[in-house]
Amino acid sequence: MTAASFDPRREARHRRGRIFRWLCLSAVWFAGLTLVVLLVKVTADGVPWLSLDFIRNYPSRIPARAGIRSAILGTLWMMALTGAVSFPLGVGAAVYLEEYAPDNWLTRLLQTNIANLAGVPSIVYGILGLTVFVRVFALGRSVLAGALTLALLILPVVIIASREALRAVPPSLREASYGLGATRWQTIRYHVLPVALPGILTGTILSLSRAIGETAPLIMIGALTFIAFPPTSPLDPFTVLPIQIFNWTAKPQADFHSLAAAAIIVLLLILLAMNATAILLRNKYRQEL
Amino acid sequence: MDASRGGALAAAGAPPLAFKGQRHRRLTEGAIGVVLFLCGLVSVLTTIGIVVVLIGESLGFFREVGIVEFLTGTRWAPLFADQAFGILPLLNGTLLIAVGASLVALPVGLLSAIYLSEYATMRVRKIVKPILEVLAGIPTVVYGYFALTFVTPILRFFFPETGIFNAASGAIVVGIMIIPMVSSLSEDALSAVPRGLREAAYGLGATKLEVSTRVVVPAALSGIIASFILAISRAIGETMAVTLAAGATPQMTLSFLESVQTMTAYIVQVSLGETPHGTLEYRTIFAVGLVLFLVTLAMNMLSQRVTRRFREVYE
Repeated sequence: MTAASFDPRREARHRRGRIFRWLCLSAVWFAGLTLVVLLVKVTADGVPWLSLDFIRNYPSRIPARAGIRSAILGTLWMMALTGAVSFPLGVGAAVYLEEYAPDNWLTRLLQTNIANLAGVPSIVYGILGLTVFVRVFALGRSVLAGALTLALLILPVVIIASREALRAVPPSLREASYGLGATRWQTIRYHVLPVALPGILTGTILSLSRAIGETAPLIMIGALTFIAFPPTSPLDPFTVLPIQIFNWTAKPQADFHSLAAAAIIVLLLILLAMNATAILLRNKYRQEL
Repeated sequence: MDASRGGALAAAGAPPLAFKGQRHRRLTEGAIGVVLFLCGLVSVLTTIGIVVVLIGESLGFFREVGIVEFLTGTRWAPLFADQAFGILPLLNGTLLIAVGASLVALPVGLLSAIYLSEYATMRVRKIVKPILEVLAGIPTVVYGYFALTFVTPILRFFFPETGIFNAASGAIVVGIMIIPMVSSLSEDALSAVPRGLREAAYGLGATKLEVSTRVVVPAALSGIIASFILAISRAIGETMAVTLAAGATPQMTLSFLESVQTMTAYIVQVSLGETPHGTLEYRTIFAVGLVLFLVTLAMNMLSQRVTRRFREVYE
C-alpha cells in the first residue's frame, strides 16, 4: 500500500470490512442453503412415491405402476463391471508411475496425459465408447460397452487417488523390505500395497460413485430407457438409475416428475452409502498409521 | 538391481534351495514391470482413441461441409430438410451457459473461499468445506431435475415471458454445480499464502478487508485464476442439466430467457434420435465433439500453465 492510497478514516474502513465479511459469509450460506433447498425439494416431491413396489416393479407407462427394478439392477451391474475393470488398471498404472517409472520423457508424457484426461467432458468419452466399444469391438449397446466406457472415464481419477495413497507409504518400509533381500515386486506386493490399500479403496469407491451418477456417456452408448427385464449377462441391453431419472424428468406429466424425484432419492441414498463407506475406510486407515 | 537378488527373501529360515528359482523369478519381475507399464499405457491409448475417433469421423464430415462454412455459419439445422451446418448457434448457446454459470459460481466461490481461508475458524472450515463439496458430488441429471421443477418455475414467476426451456435456468444450476470447484481450489491457493505477508500488512495498520483483498488475493491470484478456468471448462462440458433445462433450440441470442442449445445438448439430441449411423447428419456429432474437446483441452492446459507460470514462490 502506498502512502497516497492510505486512508486513515478508521471508522469507514472498518465498516467496509464488516460489510465484506458479511458478503463472504452470505456466499457460504448461499451455497449451503442451495444444497438444503435441493435436497428438501427432491425429498418432498419423491417420498410420497417411494414404496416397496416402486423398487420391485419394472418401468411402466402408467405412473402408479412404474418402478425402478431394472434401473437398480443395471446400476449394480454397471458398478461391478466398471470397478472390476478400472480398479486393476488404475492401481497397476499408479504402481508403475510411483514405483517403477524412470524419470524420462515417456513418464512425463503419461503424467501430463492423465492430468489432461481428467478434464475431458464425459460426453466425449461417450463418443469414444460408442465408436470403439459398441461398433468396432461389436459389443452392441450392452452393459459391458457401458462399463468399459465408464471405466475409461474414471481411470484418471483412480490413478491419481492411488498414487497419493502409494506416496503416503513411508520409504523406510520399502527400504526394510529391500534390506531383507526382497525383490521390487515382493516389496510392493507384501509391504507397500497392503498399507496403501485403504487409501486406494477410498479413492476407487469415490470415483465409482461418480461413475454411477453419470448419464451422458451412457446415453451415447445407447442405454435404453424402457427395459422390462434385468440384464443377465454383460452383453445384455440395460438401463441405469440416472437414465431412468432423465427419461422421467424429460416427460411433461407431473406424475413422472414425482417418479423421477423418488428415483433420485434412491440414487442419492446409494451415493451416500458409498461415500460413507469411503470415509469410514479413510478414518480407520488414519488411526492405524 | 532388485531382480538380480531374487530369492534372498526366502533366506529368513528357508533352505538355500529357494535360490533355485532365481532365473524364473527374474523373468517374473520383468514381466510384472511390463504389465504395470501396459496399465499406464491404457490412458495414452484412451487419448489416442479419442483423437483418432473425433478427427477420423470429422474428416468425413468436412469432405462434404466446408470448414469455413462450419465455423462461421450462423444457422445450425442438420436434421431439417433445409440443412445448415454453421456451429455458431451451438457455440452461442454454450457461451451463454458458461457466462451465466460464471456469474453465479465465480463470485460465490471466491467469496466463500475468502471466508473459509481468512475468517472461518479451523472447526468451521472443517465442517463447511465438505458440505460445499457435496454440491459437486450430486449427479448432473439431478441438477437437471432441480432446474426444470424448481428454478424455471421461480424464473417464470418473476419474468413471465420466460420459456419452459431457457438458458438462465441451466446456467444457474451449472453455476451451483461448479461452486465447489472454485471455492476449494481458490481456498487452497489462499491458504498457501504465507502468514508473514498478512502480518506485515496488519503491522502497517491495514484492516482485515484490506489484507484479504490487497495482499492475500493478489498473492494467490494464479491459483484463483486457474480455478476459474477449470470451472468454466467444466461448465462448457456439462451435459445433462443443460439438456434438460435449456432445451434444444440452436439460435443466435443473448437473451437468457430463451431456449438455446449447447454443443453437448446437441450431441445428446442426435444420439437419442433415430439418425442412421454413417450419414452426414450422424457425423455432425463428431465434428461438434471435436470442437468441444479442443475447447476444453485448451482451457485445461491454460489453467495448468497459469498455475505453473505465475505461481508466487515463497522462501
